[in-house]
Amino acid sequence: MAPILELRGITKHFPGILANDHIDLTLDQGEILALLGENGAGKTTLMNILYGLYQPDEGQIFVKGSPLEVHQPSDAIRAGIGMVHQHFMLVPVFTVAENVMLGQERMRLAGFLNRAEAAEKVRELSKAHGLEVEPEAYVKDLSVGVQQRVEILKLLYRQADILILDEPTAVLTPQESDELFKVMRSLVAAGKSIIFITHKLREVLEVADRITVLRRGAVVATTTPAKANRAKLAEMMVGRQVRLEVRKAARKPGETVLDIRDLVAINDRRQVAVDGVSLEVREGEVLGIAGVQGNGQTELVEVVTGLRRPLSGSVRLQGQDVTGASPRRITELGAAHVPEDRQRDGLVLPYSVAENLALQTYYRPPFARGVVLQEGEIRKSAEARIGEFDIRTPSAATPAGSLSGGNQQKVIVAREFSRPIRLLVASQPTRGLDVGSIEYIHGRILEKRDGGTGVLLVSPELDEVLELSDRIAVMYRGRIVATVAADRVTKEQVGLLMAGVVPEGIEAQGIVRTVEATL
Amino acid sequence: MTKSKGKPKGKAEQGKAGEAPPPDAAHILIQELTATPPEPPGPKRSWWRRAWRVAQVPVLAVFSGLLLGGVLIALTSPEVHAAFQVSVLQGIGTAFAVVFRAYAALFAGAFGDPLKMAAALQSGDPLAIRRAFNPILESMVAATPYIFAGLSVALAFRGGLFNIGAEGQIFIGAITATYVGYALVGLPLIIHLPLALAAGALGGALWGYIPGWLKARTGAHEVINTIMMNYIAFRLSDWLLTGPMMRPDSFNPVSPTIQESAMLPRFFADPIRFHLGFFVALGVAYLVYWFLFRTTWGFNLRTAGANPNAARYAGINTGRWIIITMTLAGALAGLAGTNEVLGVNHNLAMAFSSGYGFDSIALALLGRSHPLGVVLASLLFGTLRSGARRMQVVAGIPIDIISVIQAMILAFMAAPAIIRTIYRLRQPAEAEEEVLVRGWGG
Repeated sequence: MAPILELRGITKHFPGILANDHIDLTLDQGEILALLGENGAGKTTLMNILYGLYQPDEGQIFVKGSPLEVHQPSDAIRAGIGMVHQHFMLVPVFTVAENVMLGQERMRLAGFLNRAEAAEKVRELSKAHGLEVEPEAYVKDLSVGVQQRVEILKLLYRQADILILDEPTAVLTPQESDELFKVMRSLVAAGKSIIFITHKLREVLEVADRITVLRRGAVVATTTPAKANRAKLAEMMVGRQVRLEVRKAARKPGETVLDIRDLVAINDRRQVAVDGVSLEVREGEVLGIAGVQGNGQTELVEVVTGLRRPLSGSVRLQGQDVTGASPRRITELGAAHVPEDRQRDGLVLPYSVAENLALQTYYRPPFARGVVLQEGEIRKSAEARIGEFDIRTPSAATPAGSLSGGNQQKVIVAREFSRPIRLLVASQPTRGLDVGSIEYIHGRILEKRDGGTGVLLVSPELDEVLELSDRIAVMYRGRIVATVAADRVTKEQVGLLMAGVVPEGIEAQGIVRTVEATL
Repeated sequence: MTKSKGKPKGKAEQGKAGEAPPPDAAHILIQELTATPPEPPGPKRSWWRRAWRVAQVPVLAVFSGLLLGGVLIALTSPEVHAAFQVSVLQGIGTAFAVVFRAYAALFAGAFGDPLKMAAALQSGDPLAIRRAFNPILESMVAATPYIFAGLSVALAFRGGLFNIGAEGQIFIGAITATYVGYALVGLPLIIHLPLALAAGALGGALWGYIPGWLKARTGAHEVINTIMMNYIAFRLSDWLLTGPMMRPDSFNPVSPTIQESAMLPRFFADPIRFHLGFFVALGVAYLVYWFLFRTTWGFNLRTAGANPNAARYAGINTGRWIIITMTLAGALAGLAGTNEVLGVNHNLAMAFSSGYGFDSIALALLGRSHPLGVVLASLLFGTLRSGARRMQVVAGIPIDIISVIQAMILAFMAAPAIIRTIYRLRQPAEAEEEVLVRGWGG
């Protein structure tokens, strides 16, 4: 039987770069094909060609053995190809059913929309594939994970047989990802075929039937999960050996650097987000905060770094009370902050790399003499940092906004790590980065720890927290459910704690509050 | 890494953050207009190539505005209509002649007649020389209030704020300067003039401080509040001129003439009005440049404007800088009004400003919110203004055509995509970006 989809020799040039280089790829009926590659390997370009958003320079597409010309997305849709983009294409003020039927509206007489029939169809589809969603709900009220289900429902409604999911897990929590994988399996069981684009190794091994690895626009290998492992896949992706396991020196904690007592804070919607948190971070240790996103971690970090005023409780840094102090005072006491959203908080994108590197110190000698900026000093220092931290930028004068995500993160890391710091607050330090960048940033964080800096690490990536932390505090609904030694828990146990359940047999040493108390 | 890949990713990340309110349209516009196009990689380009990258859109916008203005002049000219009745060829010929005549008059009115200048210089008659050079001097007189007001709006743009209130600040600055100008008697010029200038700046500063304070403390949008402050300023000046500040011996709503010691000195005998204010404006423009780009204060202001979140993260008190930015912007606009009173009119009359404050928004955009750009744009607007008078007299073209040309220049500035399409310019650094955003370590 011919494969349901075949790409032959797809080539696409962009000015100055060969995005796709004679790519051959096949997708069989009823399988999940993982398309694995680092950011910039050409995965999305290839899928955009398949979906008709780009025209290839060379190459052909075959669907069920017959050649297909795709000039625009509607050609692809007609051939049964559907795509869920990284950035969802939904109308927030429409209901789920309205969004699903958008473009193929069902009409009653006189042109009225038949919402009831659409809703019924949505209900039917969601039941058939385990995509739980309320057809009458407004999309703006749904979580990201549920919105993604709506996107998938849209494809099913249009009777797509080939589903392309572009980095679907990038925006999901681990639990939501697992849900998605279940849905994907049920879809292929029903005869659909899926191309799953990702750069996360664990997911590929978990869910794919076959794996095609892209590097620099070309297919470097096609394999199966049975024949591959994480190390092998990483090596194929990056083109060299990658250290996946973080090697940690033994922990030698010292004095308390950060001391949080009974902290209460509200979020922007005036709900209690941090509900009586007490924590301690010592010199030379990494305290990881694990938790599903939205359980108060963001607000906790904001309070610690001075960006949010707490309602009550206290924060002490190096023995000094900094509760409600200004960000500058906290910075000057030796705290560094790698913010959760680097483009929103950590960088001024139109500013040059040099200016961004001076963002915390521009007002002090040698960068300023009185109120006069010393541009020579700023540039000189920036050039040193660029070399030391291997920031790939054409020059120190390049705007930070035109660097890749990984290099933007390096700018922040270079800035925050180049001061003498006692406390490092790192919030999702590797979000959206590829394997090579993650390896680098992790190494730098541990280097700081070994140098005696206390590190507060917040990440929804459980693997990251487990690998880097000495101790793990699990946050659930604004509270610390438990604090445990990282080498004494399993991933499953932490996962349960993240869901608010205290598993049996866990080392009682750290549990500061039982779940009953939090409910 | 391809561009298509990089962009959606960034959006997805921003969307995920979720907590930040989306920036309002004004803010996006400000960022669009103050951003310098990214430097392409590769060998460093010569300074004039880089200057051209920044200036190409404004320069071509002006060119296109004048071109379309010419079409408009031809379309509305009865002479051209009549010629078309005779024959198409004659119609076209006449159209070109009319447009040429109009722009020649505009040019002569703005810069002076080169032939007359040469003749005057040869004759050596000082009166003739002054007359011949008066047009260009008069253009600089017209440009001066534009420089002050344009700097006001540009400074606010850099701080992420939309100062629609320059017009009101001009009025208040003029009022306070006028009062100090006529009420204080017997001071020497060296004291009185700086005092009057400071009073004008202070008045404008107050009028900027209020909306700044409201924004920082209550979040009230500065666009709304500065517009409201304009109305208050207009009516306040009406009331003052018909009451407390009305000239005692007059039935017109005009203030007393200011003391000679408060007047900005003129360099030539009447009727040439060219005065010290022009050089004060250039000095202030340099000061604003130094402040914005060479000091930590300016760094604070620009950071608070470019990314308030990152500014807070970097320890900058954004609320305080909103207030400072609006206060400084008000002071600069106040100086525009002061300049008109102390340098040109020597008294305050109703509606003396004729919209400098509103034109200055256009100027700041045209000048890319850079002091040098503002000075150049002000000189352009000043010359258009003063040349237009001669165009009306000599060529019979209504002075309003200049407003239309200004409006078209602005429209082109606000929609750079049009200019880039017409002149086939490369999208700024788009192609280069594809290389820049490639991942590392891979």
